[in-house]
Amino acid sequence: MKKILLSAVLTFGMATAAIAEVGETHIEDFDFSFEGPFGKFDQYQLQRGLQVYTEVCSACHGLRHVAFRTLGDEGGPHLDAETVKAYAASNFDIYDAEYDEDRPAIPSDKFPRSGLENAPDLSLMAKARAGFHGPNGLGINQIVKGMGGPEYIASILTGYTGKEKEQAGATFYENTAFPGGWIAMSPPLSDELVEFADGHSNDSHHLAQDVAAFLMWTAEPKMMARQRVGLISVGMLMLLGVLLYLSNKKLWRDIKRKS
Amino acid sequence: MAGIPHDHYKPKTGMQKWFHERLPIASLIYDTMTFPTPKNLNWMWIWGIILTFCLGLQIITGIILVMHYTPHVDLAFDSVEHIMRDVNGGWAFRYLHANGASLFFIAVYAHIFRGLYYGSYKAPREITWILGMLIYLMMMATGFLGYVLPWGQMSFWGATVITGLFGAIPGVGSILQEWLLGGPAVDNATLNRFFSLHYLLPFVIVGLVALHIWAFHTTGNNNPTGVEVRRKSKAEAKKDTVPFYPYYVMKDLFALVMILIVFMAIVGFMPNYLGHPDNYIPANPLSTPAHIVPEWYYLPFYAILRAITFDVLFLDAKFLGVLAMFGSIAVMALAPWTDTSPVRSGRYRPTFKIAFWILGFDFMLLMWCGAQPAEGLVPLVSLIGAVYWFAYFLVILPILGWTEKTLPIPETIEADFDAHYPPKPNATK
Repeated sequence: MKKILLSAVLTFGMATAAIAEVGETHIEDFDFSFEGPFGKFDQYQLQRGLQVYTEVCSACHGLRHVAFRTLGDEGGPHLDAETVKAYAASNFDIYDAEYDEDRPAIPSDKFPRSGLENAPDLSLMAKARAGFHGPNGLGINQIVKGMGGPEYIASILTGYTGKEKEQAGATFYENTAFPGGWIAMSPPLSDELVEFADGHSNDSHHLAQDVAAFLMWTAEPKMMARQRVGLISVGMLMLLGVLLYLSNKKLWRDIKRKS
Repeated sequence: MAGIPHDHYKPKTGMQKWFHERLPIASLIYDTMTFPTPKNLNWMWIWGIILTFCLGLQIITGIILVMHYTPHVDLAFDSVEHIMRDVNGGWAFRYLHANGASLFFIAVYAHIFRGLYYGSYKAPREITWILGMLIYLMMMATGFLGYVLPWGQMSFWGATVITGLFGAIPGVGSILQEWLLGGPAVDNATLNRFFSLHYLLPFVIVGLVALHIWAFHTTGNNNPTGVEVRRKSKAEAKKDTVPFYPYYVMKDLFALVMILIVFMAIVGFMPNYLGHPDNYIPANPLSTPAHIVPEWYYLPFYAILRAITFDVLFLDAKFLGVLAMFGSIAVMALAPWTDTSPVRSGRYRPTFKIAFWILGFDFMLLMWCGAQPAEGLVPLVSLIGAVYWFAYFLVILPILGWTEKTLPIPETIEADFDAHYPPKPNATK
C-alpha cells in the first residue's frame, strides 16, 4: 500500500549543507506515529526497527550512545528485562578493558561503535540529519509537514536508483535523497530481507520506515517523556494564564476606571 | 533631574529599626518594588521581566548542567549525550537551557527595538542604554561560548570562524587569536577557557543588570508618550504613576506566562528546531561543514560581517567586515547622541516611524541573509542591508531631528491615560 508514494516529493534543503552542494534532494514525507505533539512511538515498530538494525545495519554501523538496558525503557521498544539480557548477550561481544578480552554484552553495556571506518555512528543520525531549513532557508517544512531526520533516513534507504559508478577505486551508488546524488553505501535493504516474527509486511519500504523510527528513538529516547512534559506544562500554564489574566484585570479595574 | 518623589520604607517595630540602622536592605527592596511606574506602559514594557526571568533560568539550568558536563575535547560531546540519556531530567535541563538562550535573545531584541521606537535611549537615560548595550554584548559572548561547549561540528567550526575574526585585525591579529584560543588552533585549551568564561560572564551580566535597573530607577521609566513623569510633588507624581508592585508585577507575570506557553511548546515538541542539526555530529577538525552558520540570534550581524567583500585601500575585506560587525553595534550605542529630535517617542514622529519600520525589516532581511550561503544576490542584499543599518543611526536619526514635522505630544502621562480611559463623569478624582 505504501508503494503508492505520497505525491509530495519535496524539494527539501537537507541541513543547509545540501543547499550549498546540490540544491535538490528528494525527501519523501513519511507518516510516522510519533509526529506532532500527541504522537507516540509505536513500541512494535521500534522492535521491528531494532531487528532491522541488528540484522542489517549493525554489520557496519554502531550505536555507541545507546545502552542495551534502555531497550527496556517505557516510551521505547519496551522489551522485558530477560529479552534485553538475551538480546545483548546473543548479538554483541564487547571488549572488557578490565580483563582485556571480549565477552558477551550485558544490559549495562552500550552498543558497539561502528565496525567500518567510514560508516558513521547511527545513535544521533535522526537528529544530525534533520533538515530544518527548507524551503528557501525559512525552516517551515519541519513545522508544517513534521519532516526531519527519520524522513531523511527512510528516504536514503529507499532512494537508490540502481545506477552505480566507479570513482577513485570506490563504487558509488546513485541516491535521490543523498546530497550530491552519489552515496558510498551500497543499497542495504531489499524486499523480504528481514523476516518479522509477527508477520508484519517486510517490503523494503516498510523496513526503511521501521528502522528510521527506531533510529529516531535512539537519537531522542526521551521523546515521549518530553512531549508529556510539553503537554502538561502548556496546559498548566494556560490555566495559570487565565487566573493571572483575571487577577490583572481586576487589579487594574479602578485605575482604568472600568468599575 | 530629580527622582520621582514617592513613599519610602519606614521601619515600624523596634526590631525593624535596629536592623534598618545597620543594613537598610528592607528599604532597598521596598523602594525598588513600590517604585512609581508610569501607568500608561503598554505590552512592549514586559520584556525587562522576561529578560530577568531568562537570566535566572539560564543560570539555574546552567549550574545543574555543569554538574554532569565534562569540558574535555574527548569527553564533552559524550557527556552531553550522557545528560540527555542517563541523568534524571537531564534532557529537560539541556533543552530548557538551549532554548532559553533563544528566548533570551528574542526578548532582548524586542526590548532593544522597543527602546529604539520610544526613544528610551535619549537623555536622561543614556547610561541605562549604554549599560543595556554592554549587557547585550555580554549575552552575545556568553551565547557563543556556550554554543562551543557541546563540542559538535558547529561548536568547533563556529569557534574557529569567530576567533578567526580577531585574527583579521592587522598587526596584532594572529597573536590575539592565539591568546584567545590558548594555542594555534581550537583545541582542549580553547574548550576549557570557553567553559570557564561561559560560567563567569552570566554573573557579570547579573551585575550589569543591577546597574541597568538602578540607572532607570534613578531617571524613572520611559513610557509610550515619552513624556516624563511629573515630579514636583508626590501628589503630582501619583497622578502619572502606579506602584510597580502590585500593578506591573501582576501584568508582567501574566505576560511571562503567555510567553512561557510558547516556550514550553517549543521545548516539549520541537526543541531542536532553533538549533543546527550538524551540532549532533561530534567535532571533527578534519571535516569542515559545507556551510557554517551561527545561531539565529547572531545572523543579522554575521550578514553584516560577510557583506564587505571588497578591500578598501590597505584594509582587506575580512578586517573591514569585522569592523562593520562591531561598528553596527557601536552605532546603536551612539543613538542617544545621534538622534537629535526633541521629541522622544516615535509615536509622535511620522517620518521616523517609516525609517524605524524599515530598520525592523532590514534586521529580519539581514537575519535571512546571514543564514544563506554567501552566493548569488546574498552578498549584495547584505551590503544594502548593512548600509541602511549604518545610515539609520548615523544619517537618518540626526537629519530627521532637524527636518521632521512632529505631531503634538500630550501635556502629561495622565492626559494620555485619560484619553484612553476617560474619567467617569461623576467620579471624585
